[in-house]
Amino acid sequence: MKYYRSHVLVCVDPECLQKGAHELVDALQDELVATGLIDEVQVLETSRIGGCSLGPEMMVYPEGVHYVGVTPDDVPYLVEEHFLKGRLVNKFQMPTTKVVDEELGAPTQKEVRIVLRNCGKIDPENIEDYIAEDGYQALAKVLTEMTPEEVIDTVLRSGLRGRGGAGFPTGKKWQFTRQAPGEIKYVVCNADEGDPGAFMNRRVLEGDPHSVIEGMIIAAYAIGAHQGYIYCRAEYPVAVSTLNIAIQQARNLGLLGKDILGSGFDFDLEVRMGAGAFVCGEETALIASIEGRRGEPRPRPPFPAVQGLWNKPTNVNNVETYANIPQIILKGAEWYAGYGTEKSKGTKTFALAGDLNHTGLIEVPLGITLREIIYDVGGGIKDGKAFKAVQIGGPMGGCVPAEYLDLPLDYESLAQAGTIMGSGGMIVLDEDTCMVDVARYFMDFTQDESCGKCTPCRVGTRRILEILTRICDGKGQDGDIELLENLCQEIRTNSLCGLGQGAPNPVVSTLRYFRDEYEAHIYEKRCPAKVCRSLIRYEILPDACTGCTVCARNCPVNAISGERRQTHVIDPDTCIRCGICMQVCNFNAVVIE
Amino acid sequence: MPTIKSLDDLKRIREEALEKRKVKTASGQVQVIVGMGTCGIAAGARDAMKAILETIQNENLEGVIVTQTGCIGLCEKEPIVQVVVGDQPKVTYGKVSPEVARQIMQEHVKNGNVVKEYMIQV
Amino acid sequence: MSVETKSREKILEVVNAAIEKFGAKQEELIPILNEVNRQLGYIPTEAMEEISRRLKEPKSSLFGVASFYHMLSTKPRGRHVIQFCESAPCHVVGGREVFESLKEELGLEPNETSPDGKWTLITTSCLGVCSVGPVIVIDEDIYGNVDARKVPEILARYE
Repeated sequence: MKYYRSHVLVCVDPECLQKGAHELVDALQDELVATGLIDEVQVLETSRIGGCSLGPEMMVYPEGVHYVGVTPDDVPYLVEEHFLKGRLVNKFQMPTTKVVDEELGAPTQKEVRIVLRNCGKIDPENIEDYIAEDGYQALAKVLTEMTPEEVIDTVLRSGLRGRGGAGFPTGKKWQFTRQAPGEIKYVVCNADEGDPGAFMNRRVLEGDPHSVIEGMIIAAYAIGAHQGYIYCRAEYPVAVSTLNIAIQQARNLGLLGKDILGSGFDFDLEVRMGAGAFVCGEETALIASIEGRRGEPRPRPPFPAVQGLWNKPTNVNNVETYANIPQIILKGAEWYAGYGTEKSKGTKTFALAGDLNHTGLIEVPLGITLREIIYDVGGGIKDGKAFKAVQIGGPMGGCVPAEYLDLPLDYESLAQAGTIMGSGGMIVLDEDTCMVDVARYFMDFTQDESCGKCTPCRVGTRRILEILTRICDGKGQDGDIELLENLCQEIRTNSLCGLGQGAPNPVVSTLRYFRDEYEAHIYEKRCPAKVCRSLIRYEILPDACTGCTVCARNCPVNAISGERRQTHVIDPDTCIRCGICMQVCNFNAVVIE
Repeated sequence: MPTIKSLDDLKRIREEALEKRKVKTASGQVQVIVGMGTCGIAAGARDAMKAILETIQNENLEGVIVTQTGCIGLCEKEPIVQVVVGDQPKVTYGKVSPEVARQIMQEHVKNGNVVKEYMIQV
Repeated sequence: MSVETKSREKILEVVNAAIEKFGAKQEELIPILNEVNRQLGYIPTEAMEEISRRLKEPKSSLFGVASFYHMLSTKPRGRHVIQFCESAPCHVVGGREVFESLKEELGLEPNETSPDGKWTLITTSCLGVCSVGPVIVIDEDIYGNVDARKVPEILARYE
């Protein structure tokens, strides 16, 4: 069977026919033959696309672009732009494309959706919807036409790297697991998306679970495994339930279980739920947790590819990595490698959060700059404020300041800037953010999530947190910065797993780019961003205060006094700096000094 | 559904699924799609869903299919409800409170008028 | 504390059902503990003992597992468990004020249960719904776009 990368549906309703739909079909066919694309693009006749009055019209899938008013003379240009260069031809797009664009799913042309292509478009609890979107076609191709080696070779050539954060080439991992001695092997999907602010895996699991399942079956075929586990965090109950429904539906159709698609290949899948432990996102800890033990990491090597689940060779990939696989198989390694940079191929999903106009999930080709993401895709900083930094890569990542806005996003350049790709969390911070407070926040997180097995991480993160807390409390001492630097170095080099090794990153990166803020806290007892409570005071501006009493009535500690229609006053000794007065004031009379 | 034993079976199911979709759009049915990812639920999608189902019942609306989908990636606009009337383009609404949901059902689904003020561009 | 503790019969019934559902295997320990925790709100000592006996796993290793995971509790919890998302994205969009307001309204610090056994306040790591933050979860209901002023109204919905 043939695999078309694109389908063109030309409307042949009477009105369109009258306007030359058949001529359009012929011209398309001829042009596709002439350009050698006839094996990649299929032209079909259809009806009722909805724009006959502007006909002849056609829909192009998978993009779902609706072109109208295309004459045979326009065809060469259209074919060249759309199918050869992959660019949408705006002048033929249906005028209401603002709405039709949804099929494209992207608010801007900067986005490319491979992993997220079905999210929000199909009913995740209906396997037919997935199959209608070419679901399980890649699996069929693999099982009927490809050897395991060919599958691995395709993944290798695609340049796909682990989307869980470390960026290890996926094809290599598969190769190692395939070559590892042993009869019994496992595939595991790491769906323990624990980084605060990162929720792209949740979206795939909830919105398109079958893409992950299909990717896992293909991986299992490639490495020679017959059992797989999806380890999903307990904080995602909706994802767990969607996955279970999807697995059951796949089983009912015979896409999981014995003799899949009559190929003789057996594979089944189970969901394992975590119980709230961030460290379980580390692959050896995750394996321990699936085995029913404390989710503590162990030293590597041996890597899971050699000794994983129950000491058998185990391939552990992240949700997004697996979700890429079916498309790579269907559309080819070269197609995938056409996106991205030299060393970082393809697309990556990012969760945009923080002080942005448009937060949410995006999928962009690697190599895009931070500026494009923040301003073009994310719509810029909220309330017209200034950009200060972006925290990338989760709690083990770092903060990148404005001078790196033109940094192309790939694994290597992020490392140079002092952060990591991580799983793709991106928290944008505006000028009102205190960087010491941000570092303290992340350290609070890691020290809480440190599993306690190794001392540098268990004790070291706690000491760092203590120092950061006292700096934020206005009790920072001379020498604290040097002490922090020292501790960070020790923890980084001596910790057992990625959690400890990465834990100092938020501190190291903020010290590197925002050292002056640390100094202001320590030496001037001042929080430049007016965030750290011990270093700020709430005051009421007499000119703006109308004496409406709203603040006094809402103050939880009765720190505000004043008669009705008289200027109110905050008693700084009673005030707990909760900020409620500022929130409730209708006249912007409360300010932070 | 029978199990899929071969490539041809898979192709057949795909064709059938596509066919079903075409029938849905061609027959002028109305599809109301509610984003029921965790983000949607957190923002109140269940309440919106309830209001939609209640309106269908109270108004005896026929030929309306209510389905769900995952997160469409505009979480700050949740709850998100999409309406597709027959073969017309999909209309996406954001910040759909139960009141807005009832309004959409009345105005758009029942009377065929898009509720512009809550429409979002996606 | 007048927090309701569960009767031995009830505990055994829940434990048996959980083991029945998942199988008496070490690898099923976490699903079993999760299930017991969900049904009873916590994992009582009697449940530990029974699971230990049935899975032939020492109690020490069971406690090791139960104490490791945040979502498992070995102490009784209130009728309603409030989880506050303490992650950065919620933190930077006003989560701190919401948390203060919660603590104030409930008179509780994290990991405490109110004397009347109604509320337990705990923190949770990221729930992945950051775009609608700040987020709190009460039992199985998830609330997004919470601000400090909405807290009393949300709490009032629970008996």
